[in-house]
Amino acid sequence: MGADVRLLDAPFVAEAEIGAFARAQGAAGGVVSFLGQVRVDAGAGKAVVEALELRHYPPLTLPGMRALAGEALARWQLTGLMILHRTGEMLPGDPIVLVCAAARHRRDAFAAADFAMDHLKSESWFWKREKVGGQWRWIEPRPEDHADLSRWQGA
Amino acid sequence: MVVKLVFLGRLEDLAGVGEMAVPLDGGQRLADVLAGLPGPLADALRGPKVKLALNGALLSPGADPALADGDELAFLPPVSGG
Repeated sequence: MGADVRLLDAPFVAEAEIGAFARAQGAAGGVVSFLGQVRVDAGAGKAVVEALELRHYPPLTLPGMRALAGEALARWQLTGLMILHRTGEMLPGDPIVLVCAAARHRRDAFAAADFAMDHLKSESWFWKREKVGGQWRWIEPRPEDHADLSRWQGA
Repeated sequence: MVVKLVFLGRLEDLAGVGEMAVPLDGGQRLADVLAGLPGPLADALRGPKVKLALNGALLSPGADPALADGDELAFLPPVSGG
């Protein structure tokens, strides 16, 4: 079973993608999905985000996402896996990333989706910047992102 | 010969461009290319958190490969996806 891994440079409709994925998973007892979307503000009580842009490096980004999907498939008993990630400029509320994992039993699906998200956040080849007050600024990774990733090492 | 440098993330702002073609006489290594760039940019590119890829393959830290005509060298600062 191969994974559906896509890098998208135009908006996608998350509900339609989740629905199509779930319908194709006849053997699964459970489907877990995670949708990441553009925040409206840069933090509680902080400035309004006007836009968000994700840059990538084509020689590494999609191959890296495929390798990540392969790792998840090898690690858990899944009937299906989908990883969609946007690039380019997005507006508040736009979907950025969608991970769907399907398995006969829910624990495998939860864990695989969690694993994929932690690795997309801090190990995949994306660079994010947001526009606040008409100015673009690059988003640095948060220490929590690396702590999240370390949960999977040696496990 | 010419090598292409690619700057990702905040390194693009520092370089002022996303890509730069660097003409070389031949026989140079990565360290020679860095030595030919403006000081503040070269220092940032040598930073401990910046990873490098040569023609789409990651280099191990501290590597100083010989360069050939048409090579693409990408400078990758810490990522922030998802």
